[in-house]
Amino acid sequence: MFKYILKRIGYMIITLFLVLTVNFLLLQLIPGSPFDGEKVTEAQKIILEQKYGLDDPIPVQYIRYMKGVVQGDFGVSFKLQNQEVSDLVLTRIPYTIKPGALALLIGVVVGILFGAIAAMKRNSWADHTITIISVLGVSIPSFVLAAFLQYFICSKLGWLPLLYQPKDTVRGISAMDEFKSLILPSISLAVPVIASLMRYMRSELIEVLNTDYILLARAKGLTRTQVIFHHALRNALIPVITVVGPMVVSIMTGSLVIEQFFGVPGLSKLMLNSVTMNDQFLTLGIAFFYAVLYVVVILVIDLLYGVIDPRIRLTGGAK
Amino acid sequence: MRKILDVNNLNITFDTFAGPVSAVRGVSFTLHEGETLAIVGESGSGKSVASKSIMGILADNGKITNGSITYTKDNGEDIDLAKLSEHEYQSIRGKEIAMVFQDPMTSLNPTMTIGRQIMEPIMKHQGCNKAEAREKAEELITLVGINEAKKRMNQYPHQFSGGMRQRIVIAIALACNPRILICDEPTTALDVTIQAQILELIKDLQQKTNVAVIFITHDLGVVANVADRVAVMYAGRVCEIGTSNEIFYNPCHPYTWGLLASMPDLDTNEELLYAIPGTPPNLLIPPKGDAFAFRSEYALKIDYEEQPPMFKVSDTHYAATWLLHEQAPKVTPPAAVLRLREKGGYAHES
Repeated sequence: MFKYILKRIGYMIITLFLVLTVNFLLLQLIPGSPFDGEKVTEAQKIILEQKYGLDDPIPVQYIRYMKGVVQGDFGVSFKLQNQEVSDLVLTRIPYTIKPGALALLIGVVVGILFGAIAAMKRNSWADHTITIISVLGVSIPSFVLAAFLQYFICSKLGWLPLLYQPKDTVRGISAMDEFKSLILPSISLAVPVIASLMRYMRSELIEVLNTDYILLARAKGLTRTQVIFHHALRNALIPVITVVGPMVVSIMTGSLVIEQFFGVPGLSKLMLNSVTMNDQFLTLGIAFFYAVLYVVVILVIDLLYGVIDPRIRLTGGAK
Repeated sequence: MRKILDVNNLNITFDTFAGPVSAVRGVSFTLHEGETLAIVGESGSGKSVASKSIMGILADNGKITNGSITYTKDNGEDIDLAKLSEHEYQSIRGKEIAMVFQDPMTSLNPTMTIGRQIMEPIMKHQGCNKAEAREKAEELITLVGINEAKKRMNQYPHQFSGGMRQRIVIAIALACNPRILICDEPTTALDVTIQAQILELIKDLQQKTNVAVIFITHDLGVVANVADRVAVMYAGRVCEIGTSNEIFYNPCHPYTWGLLASMPDLDTNEELLYAIPGTPPNLLIPPKGDAFAFRSEYALKIDYEEQPPMFKVSDTHYAATWLLHEQAPKVTPPAAVLRLREKGGYAHES
């Protein structure tokens, strides 16, 4: 098992190296210089490029950048007062993780629960309602949903704050207030996850409920609840886990619209700005963080498989 | 021998998109303590459906529309299984009546240890704690002929071969000492040598526990091997029922003739091996008279018009064919059947 994880970490490092290289080269294709602008004279531009080493040939720049990365130095932002890229990213990660994690929790729990209910009460009104909700959830764009929620729940009903409020004791904003202000962004992020997980869970559970071992479990005299919880759920979850992985990443990366709507100072806004301003090292740094997130999530999912499915555990790891 | 199960005029209908399908149409049979009743028939004859209805595990769209399944408990109390609620049934399944399924490769839960799967019914029905159930499960694994029970308890189904899995399924079925064991084609998915082992195991366990067995199969060789009595099913009905000897050596229904004649034996050399022509009827539109008439060369005019009743051949032997009516013309069964009658000493009859 330990050896397996080590091997996987080795692959992860290779993957990340390739991601960085490709991203670095792709960014060189962007026309113009980061310092193009009406107020910047030609002479100033040359001085700035020299300062950041952009006048060197690309291979030299590449090697210098990679050396830095190995030592944990991801360079500085050109546009944001020379701040360290790593500082910029690290300070924003919590604001991406908080609504993202909450959204994931809501999405996975509600999605699996409702999907399971739909499968168990197949062709009932509950099943039909859940199916309709899941179609709506998949097809409504998140910005429409976010605007809708803001309008009804914040403006009309006034139940929850309109914008995100980070905890701030000086201004009298408690952790509870922060949590409340996180609910709507999280729900907006969670709805597509809920919708697609419900569909997966429903079809997987229906398939499992039609298997012989469920019939055998019933023939043992187990109650319906015992059959579902001891025999069906675990087997239905194996394929569902597969789709959760990419969902985690898409929640973390795809929250741009939501961050804009609710004023969350998260990563995706930083990323968008860095790309439009051609802030090379910042873009690279953020892309690197997303790549790390992706490979870690995939590793976790693969390890989870082993926990859930003994067939994978025994062939993949133990030896 | 005490009667333990009495199925009377059982009718089962499935609601499908094409309309209601009458899979079982008035099946009656009895089962006595300690005996083996084989139910034979081709695919779609309703044998599996009838047995699943005894377990109360019909598919959601299947319903018992008529008839009764009377189970006599150990204390003499009669209960009609056809009228039990799901909750009441849960104390019957696995405890009083247990079942072994056709395909051992799919009938065990792939993500649960073998031990837990055997312990489940024990803990459910016998009020054992974990340690006691574990001990019993180990005994059961040894009983069904698998070594190293302790180690096997913690393994998963994919670490077992098909034959061993079927042994485990049998162990699960016998976990609570049921009084009836329904074996739904338990050897069909296994290769021939393993088949013989599993049949031996079932026979052996039956002698040890005196459980009554309903053995569902389409393999007449298996029937001859295990059954005390045989019910032949066709198109949702029992067309002939009798002791093993009576069915094999004095078959009376043209369908049974067809089945036996289409089995090669040592004397089959001069004539072509017989095959029953045609296909089974569509049970969306059940035929009016004898369902087999359309495929039978012995069909009489009345066979197409009226369902024959069960005619008595002997105290234990009944067959539903108008050929047994006193006014029916005498017909000569296929040569293979005549040979069987001679062997069994039934040649003087008819």
